Amino acid sequence: MLLLGTLLHVKQISRSPLEVAIAMVVPIVQATLAVYLFRSGGEQHRLIEAAVGAGLMGVWSSVLFGSGGAIQNQRWQGTLEMIMLAPRRPMLVILPITVATGLTGAYSLLATLTWGRLLYGIRLDFAHPAAFVVAAVVCVLALGMFGLLLASTFVLMRNANALTNALEYPIWLVSGMLVPITVLPAWTGPIAAVLPTTWGARALREATTGGPVWPSIGICLAISLGCLILGGFAMTYVERRARAAATLALA
Amino acid sequence: MGNEYAIEADQLRRTYRGRTGWLRPKKTEVDAVRGVSFTVRRGELFGLLGPNGAGKTTTIKMLNTLLIPTSGTARVGGHDVVKQTREVRRRIGYVFGGDRGLYERLSALDNLRYFAELYGVAPREQKRRIAELLDLVGLAGRERERVEGYSRGMRQRLHIARGLLHAPDVLFLDEPSIGVDPVAARELRRTVADLAASGTTVLLTTHYMVEADELCDRIAVIADGQIQALGTPAELRHRADGRRVVEVEAYGVPDSAVAALRELPGVRETAVEERGALQLLTVQSDAHVDVQGEVLRELAGVRLGRVSSREPTLEDAYVAIVNAA
Ligand SMILES: Nc1ncnc2c1ncn2[C@@H]1O[C@H](COP(=O)(O)OP(=O)(O)O)[C@@H](O)[C@H]1O
Ligand SMILES: [Mg+2]
Repeated sequence: MLLLGTLLHVKQISRSPLEVAIAMVVPIVQATLAVYLFRSGGEQHRLIEAAVGAGLMGVWSSVLFGSGGAIQNQRWQGTLEMIMLAPRRPMLVILPITVATGLTGAYSLLATLTWGRLLYGIRLDFAHPAAFVVAAVVCVLALGMFGLLLASTFVLMRNANALTNALEYPIWLVSGMLVPITVLPAWTGPIAAVLPTTWGARALREATTGGPVWPSIGICLAISLGCLILGGFAMTYVERRARAAATLALA
Repeated sequence: MGNEYAIEADQLRRTYRGRTGWLRPKKTEVDAVRGVSFTVRRGELFGLLGPNGAGKTTTIKMLNTLLIPTSGTARVGGHDVVKQTREVRRRIGYVFGGDRGLYERLSALDNLRYFAELYGVAPREQKRRIAELLDLVGLAGRERERVEGYSRGMRQRLHIARGLLHAPDVLFLDEPSIGVDPVAARELRRTVADLAASGTTVLLTTHYMVEADELCDRIAVIADGQIQALGTPAELRHRADGRRVVEVEAYGVPDSAVAALRELPGVRETAVEERGALQLLTVQSDAHVDVQGEVLRELAGVRLGRVSSREPTLEDAYVAIVNAA
C-alpha cells in the first residue's frame, strides 16, 4: 500500500505543469548559484561540494513545499477528507505523500548535478560513489519522514503556508546545505544536530569529498526513524484535532 | 450485529468556531446542527432534505467520522462514531456531489486502485472488483483516461464507484446529483435505487424534492439545523392536505406585492421562483377559501402569463414545512 501510494503520488505531482516547470528551472538556477558562489575559490572539489549542497536545497524545498503543498492541494481537491476517511492509521495515509515529495526532490538533486556538469563542466568525481548513492536514498527517506512530522501541522492548520516559507531558509543554513555548519554561530549547533537533514547533508558531502560516510548515514537514519515514530503519534493526535476543528475541508 | 438500525443519531449538535478578521480577531460561532435525532433501518433508503445551509452536510460528516459532534452521540452499524472510528470507517462509503475529491491528474483506474489499497480491498480481489464497478457506473473502456478530462457526470459516477470499492454496508451520498445533467441524474437515481434494493443502507441528502420523493423510503426535512418533519413521502404529502394551490406566471412582480399576497385571508404560504425573465408565484391557501380572485386583484398592473389552480404536491408540503421553520 505504501509503495503504490508513493508511486501514484509521484505520478500526480509530476503531471502538474507548474511543478514540472519549477523542476526544470530550479536545478539550473541552483547549479548556477553554486558555481558563482564558489568559482572565486577556484577549487574543483569545492565546486562539486557546492553543487551537491545546492541539490540538497532542492530536495529540502521539495519536501517543505511538497509535503505542505501536497496536503494543501489535497484539501483544495477535496481528497484530503477522502483519504483520511480510510480505515488506516493517518500516518500510513500521509507518509507516501511526503516520501513522494522526497523522491521528486531527489530528482532535483540529480538534475542540479547534471546541469552543473553540462553547463559548467563540474567534474563529478565522488570519493565514494557507492556511498553517495546510499546516502542519497537515505536522504530521500529522511526527508520523507521529517516531512511527515511537518505534514501534521498542515493537516491541522488551514494556513500553514506561512510556516513553510519561514522554515525554508533557516533549515537550509542550519543543516549546512549551503555553507558548512562550522561557519555558523555556535548556538545553531544543537539545533543542527537534531535535524536529520544535517546528517544527510553531511553524509552526502563526505561521500563527495571523502570522509567517514557511514556514521553520518547511520545517525541520519536513526533521527529519521525518530521522526517517523513522533510523526506517527503527531498524525493520530492531529487527525482528531482536525476533526474537532473542521479543518480537513476548505470550508 | 443483531442491531436492526444501521444509523442511530441522538441529539447531534455541531457548532463551528472560527475567527474572522486579522488585526482585530473576532470569534465567530455557527450552530450548524442543533439537536438532530433519527434512526435508519438496515437496507433503508433515507433522505435528508433541506435548503442550502440547513446542516445536511454537517450531519453527514458527523455520521461518517469526518467531524466530531459538539455534543450528542451517533452509531453506525452499532459502532460509536467517535470512539470506534476505525470500525465505522470500514463499513461506510462516502460520496459527495460536485467535481472535487478525485486525483485529477491520475486515470480513473489509478484513482480506484489507490483507494482500493487504502480501504484494504484484498489484492487478489481488486482487479475483479474495480472492473465490476466500472461496469456498474458505465465507465468501462474509459478508465485509462485522466480524470481532468472527465465530464461532471462521469466524475460523479467515478466517485460512486470509489465509494463502493469495499462494499460498504452504509453509503452516505451528499447531494450526488448537484451539477449533473437531467439524463445523468436519472441514471444516478437508478443506480442508487438498485444499491438500496440489493441491501445497502443509503443516507442521501438533497435539496431536490423530486429526487427525495422518487427514491426515499423515509424523508427527514431539515432546516435551520433541526429536523422539521420526518415520515414517508406520502405522510409528508398529508401536511398539505386541506390546501389548494394557485400558480401565477408573472413578469416583474415587486416584493411589496408578494408581501401583500401573504396577508390575504386564507393564504398560508407564498413562494416565488425565478425562471429567467419569468417568475412563478405559488400561493397556498386553505382549500375552502377561493383566493384566486383576490390574488389577481393584488397583482393588478403586473404583466401576467398563465394562471392555474391545482391540488398540492409533495413539493408544496416541503415548502410549507421549510417556511414554518
Ligand atoms: N467549516 C465551516 N466553518 C464554519 N461554518 C460552516 C462550516 N461548514 C459549514 N458551515 C455553516 O454551517 C451551516 C450548515 O452548513 P451545511 O451543513 O454545509 O449545510 P447544507 O449541507 O445543508 O447546505 C451553514 O450556515 C454553513 O455556512
Ligand atoms: Mg451540503
